[in-house]
Formats: sequence, C-alpha cells, structure tokens
Amino acid sequence: MSSFTLISAALRRKKTRTFLTFSSVVFAFLIFGVLSMLQTAFSMGAEIANEDRLVVRHRVSLFQLLPQSYEADMEEIPGVVDAMHMTWFGGVYQDPSNFFMQSPVEPAEYLDMYPEILIPDEAKLRWIETRNGAIVGRALVERLGWEVGDRIPIQPTIWRQQGRGDDAWEFELVGIYDSDVEGFDQTQFLFRYDFFDEARSFGRGQVGWFMVRIADPDRAPEIAAAIDATFQNSAAETKSESEGAFAAGFANQVGNLGLIVTSILAAVFFTILLVAGNTMAQSVRERIGEIGLLKALGFTGARVQRLVLMESVTMVTTAGFLGMVLAVGLERVLRPALAAYFPGLFLRPQDLLLGLGLAVVTGLVVGIFPARRAMRLETALALRRL
Amino acid sequence: MSETSFSDTAAGNGAAAEAMVDVRSVSRTFHRGRTPVPVLKDLSLRMEKGEFLALMGPSGSGKSTLLNLIAGLDRPTGGEVIVGGSEIHRLSERKLAGWRARNIGFVFQFSNLLGALSAERNVAVPLLLTSFSARERRRRVDIALEIVGLSERGKHRPRELSGGEQQRVGIARALVNDPMLLVCDEPTGDLDRTTSGEILDLLAALNRDHGKTILMVTHDPVAAERASRTLHLEDGRLAECGHDGTIVMPTHEPAGAAV
Repeated sequence: MSSFTLISAALRRKKTRTFLTFSSVVFAFLIFGVLSMLQTAFSMGAEIANEDRLVVRHRVSLFQLLPQSYEADMEEIPGVVDAMHMTWFGGVYQDPSNFFMQSPVEPAEYLDMYPEILIPDEAKLRWIETRNGAIVGRALVERLGWEVGDRIPIQPTIWRQQGRGDDAWEFELVGIYDSDVEGFDQTQFLFRYDFFDEARSFGRGQVGWFMVRIADPDRAPEIAAAIDATFQNSAAETKSESEGAFAAGFANQVGNLGLIVTSILAAVFFTILLVAGNTMAQSVRERIGEIGLLKALGFTGARVQRLVLMESVTMVTTAGFLGMVLAVGLERVLRPALAAYFPGLFLRPQDLLLGLGLAVVTGLVVGIFPARRAMRLETALALRRL
Repeated sequence: MSETSFSDTAAGNGAAAEAMVDVRSVSRTFHRGRTPVPVLKDLSLRMEKGEFLALMGPSGSGKSTLLNLIAGLDRPTGGEVIVGGSEIHRLSERKLAGWRARNIGFVFQFSNLLGALSAERNVAVPLLLTSFSARERRRRVDIALEIVGLSERGKHRPRELSGGEQQRVGIARALVNDPMLLVCDEPTGDLDRTTSGEILDLLAALNRDHGKTILMVTHDPVAAERASRTLHLEDGRLAECGHDGTIVMPTHEPAGAAV
C-alpha cells in the first residue's frame, strides 16, 4: 500500500462523477491531437520547405503567367544556382472530386531541383524517352488504382489542345515516385513541358511560376529582391519569396489556421479547467472530514496538499494520455485513408509531448486551489465534519 | 498461537504510576467575530500511564476541546500540555503531526473508514507515515485486526461490515502504530446498546491486557462506568465523579489544581 492507494480511493469515491470528468478530459485531448494533425497537414509545406529554394511568381497572382525565358535571365543573377518552371494544369480525371495537382515540368531539371523525390533510374529514362510520359506520387497511384503503363486521360479545364477542342489529354504513366521526407506531397502528377507546350492551344512559352535554387540560404532575401528588380517595369513583374513563405501563404488562403486551432484549443482547455476544477473543488469540499482524519492521523498539511495535487494530476494526466493514445489510433486509421488528400496528416512526436506536458500542467492548475484549501484546513475544525 | 501485541513492552494494568498526560493551567479561548469565547479556563489534569479515563460533561462544556489539546490537534491559548514527557504545546505543526502519528491513536464516533478501501487497507493508512517494511506493515495490520477480532474480515469493504465491525476496524486503525495514548471521542455514540457494550469491552481489554492508556469522551454514564476514573467537565472546570454518579467539585482547591 502506498500514497497512490489513497489517491485511487479518492478517485473511486464518486465513480460516475470521476468517469464523466475523465471522459471530458479524454475528449479534450483527442480534439487536441486531431487539431494538431490538421495543423501539421496544412503547415507541412512550409515545414519541409527547402531553405535554398525560392518561388518566383507573377506579382499579381499565382495564376498570371510568366515568360519561360525568365528562367535563363534568373540563372544569370549572382547567387542563383539553377531555375526551373512549373505551371498549374488544373485538369480533371474522370470526376472533379478526384482532385490532384498536375504540372508540366522539364524532367531532368525537376528531379535536380527536388532531390526529395525517389524514382528508379529506368523510370527516369522512360520519362525522358516518352513524350506524353508522366510520373505520379505513390499515394495518388494507390488512391486511383493506377499501374505503370496505364494510359490516363485528363480532361482540360484551362489548357485545351490545339485543334482538338475539349478532347482529353492522354498521358502514359511511366513511373511512380516516393519520398523519404515525411509529409512530402506524393499526390503530384508531373508530365513533360515540351509535350505540353507544343500541344496547347494558347500561351506558348508562358509558364506558371519558377523554382529557383540559391547557393546561400542566408542570402535568400537579397537574391529574391535581385530577381524582382530584374523584371521590374516589365510586362510581367515578379514576386519572389522563400519556398517556406510561399507554402505558408498558400496554406493561409484557407485562413490563419494557427490562430483558428489555437483559439479552439484555448476554448476547449478553458472548459476543461472549469469542469475538472469544479470536480476537484467539490471532491475536496465533500471530504473535509476525511482530510481532517488524515491530518489527525499524522499527515502534515504539505503531505495532504501533495495527495490532492497528485489526485488531480493523476486524473488529468491519465485522461490526457488516453486522449493522445486515441488520437494516435485515429491517425493510424486516417493517415492511409487521407494520404492522397492530406499528405502531411500525422501526429508529430513534439505534438504528443506537448499534449502530455499540457496534461500535467492542466492537472496542476486544476488541483492547486483545492490542494491549498486542504492543506490549510484546521484539523480540529475539519474533524467536526466527520 | 499468533502474536497479539506489536512489541514486548505491552503491559497490563500494573503500569507504574507515571504521568502520561499532564495538563497545566490550560486555557483555550475561541473567537466568535471579535468576541472572545473562553471554553477552558485555567484547567489542570493529570492522567497516569495505563489509566482508562472517561471525560463527561454537557454539550459545549469543552470536552472535545480538551481532548483535542491533549491529542495535539489544537493548541492552548495559555498553559502547558505535556503528553508522554513531550511538551506538545511547543511543537511546530509539522513536528506535532509526526508526534501524533507515533503516539496517538484516534477513535471517533463514526469510524470514518475510506469506503473504497478494504478493512485491512483502512487499518494500514497510518502506516503510510512510517518507514516500516512491507512485511512489518503486514504484521502490524494482522495483529491489529486480531486484537479487535476481525482477522477474517480484512478483505471486506466497509459497506460489507456492520456498524460495530466498522468501529472495530477504526479501533484497529488507531492501534496499528502501537500508540502510547488512545483518545476516543464518543466511540459508542453511534452504536446500539449491545454493540456499544462490545466496543467498551474491547477498549477495557486494550487497557487491561495491552496496557493502553485511554482517554474517552462520552455522554453515556454506562460507557463511563467502564473507565477506571471519570471526570466531569462543566463551566471549564473539572470534577471527579464517584462510581455512584455523584460529582465531587474541587471547591476548596485553588484554580488550576490538577484533578
């Protein structure tokens, strides 16, 4: 028998009330886990962004086109190692709900720019040999049940083929890419720019945006400014920023997710403080005589305070731990199911640790006032409540 | 034959006449708002080791206040309280708590057992404050339960025990640290006549066979009859009671003279 026996006895005293409070804390931490996952999913682009990559887009918006010739101009700017372009294709495969990103790229340049992409050499070779060849991320392939060699029709919504009206573009799946970087987007559909540029009905020589690799990440703001200065007062002015800032700005189009998530969590935890705090306060109020008895038996005020505090921390931490375990379980179910939509949907170890830390702190905050009250109770007065 | 005492020092009623409790000119005043309410006034009391003393008196006479002072649950406004040779009125709160844990066994009107714990675990609660090994704790719990005649009921929860059995568990809890003084506040106040008799028999046996010094507050003259001496507290003054129920007030003694 140890002090924990007394804590356990106190928690089992009103089982229904403890169960209800415990459950509310479990759900609060489950919500914490789920919201953390969502936040990670939306901010993953910024988090895994490479510091030595810049994104250069039209100053007005991402959907305004830039001349492909800018690429050579940018490569002349001191500090720029390499540049490559991408373009939003925006086609539909079978149904608009099958959303995924498609872009024409220069295969060799793209693979150089993104060393995160892992693709077999023979697939690379086939991509370079096949004019309408496309490589696709594994998550998308698994979601849509494709196999290498499949011919994939994509219905255009922007880029129609010259002389072919609304006819679908037909691509051949030549390779599947993976990535060893957690959260890297494995839902892209990438095909050859030369095939796209020759066949499109308008906009030839125009591209969506550029990815620029720089030699020194510390000089990123300076180089971005130099790029924008190069194209200042031209017909297509640019806006350059780091890949991380670009991804964060893209995610924030949905809204300030960080603020939304923090606000929801603050409301949830404030409610938990009230619910669990009320339970603890009520529990101590009902046990004044019992606390007096413990003090009469020789328990010091400090020891009684520790017991009440440990009771609160035990309840909230156990419930918080269970909530986080449930969140991990939910992640195991949701992650494969939603990988093709939210490639970064996972619970990071630091979020798990934060959750557990939050549980301990919540337990302490909830218990501190009842514990101090228990400590200060005058033994002789408390015994009258027996 | 199993053990029925915690140490070799348990003695019968023949203990030497040395003071277990020595209360000297004690006063205790409470405050109701700004109004002082004196409950005990210049009161003295001496209780010998091995004595079984009953303390009677009307409600509000200060019986529980005096009991609390002797048990180290409260501090006097004036005077000295010496128990087992310790000047407990001088001890800090922390030291006083430790002193209570080692030296005092409490028996209350209601047994106040923790409902979620078995009888044996309730008995073991005071042992949480000791450094005894698990084996020694087990031994002490077994002895305490045997003394109160509940060896077979150790695994039962309080709700599975009768009122008398619950009070016996409360007494076992009071005994488990082998205290030098048992203080009992209306120990039979919540029990029927038959069960009260059994509890009083048990207390008398503890005094007679185990040498326990017992101070018992009671309203019940039948309970008081089981004690070796009865004191009556009224208006903050103590008087000796005869076995025929007569109260002998110490009218010629100076204030503060020990009874």
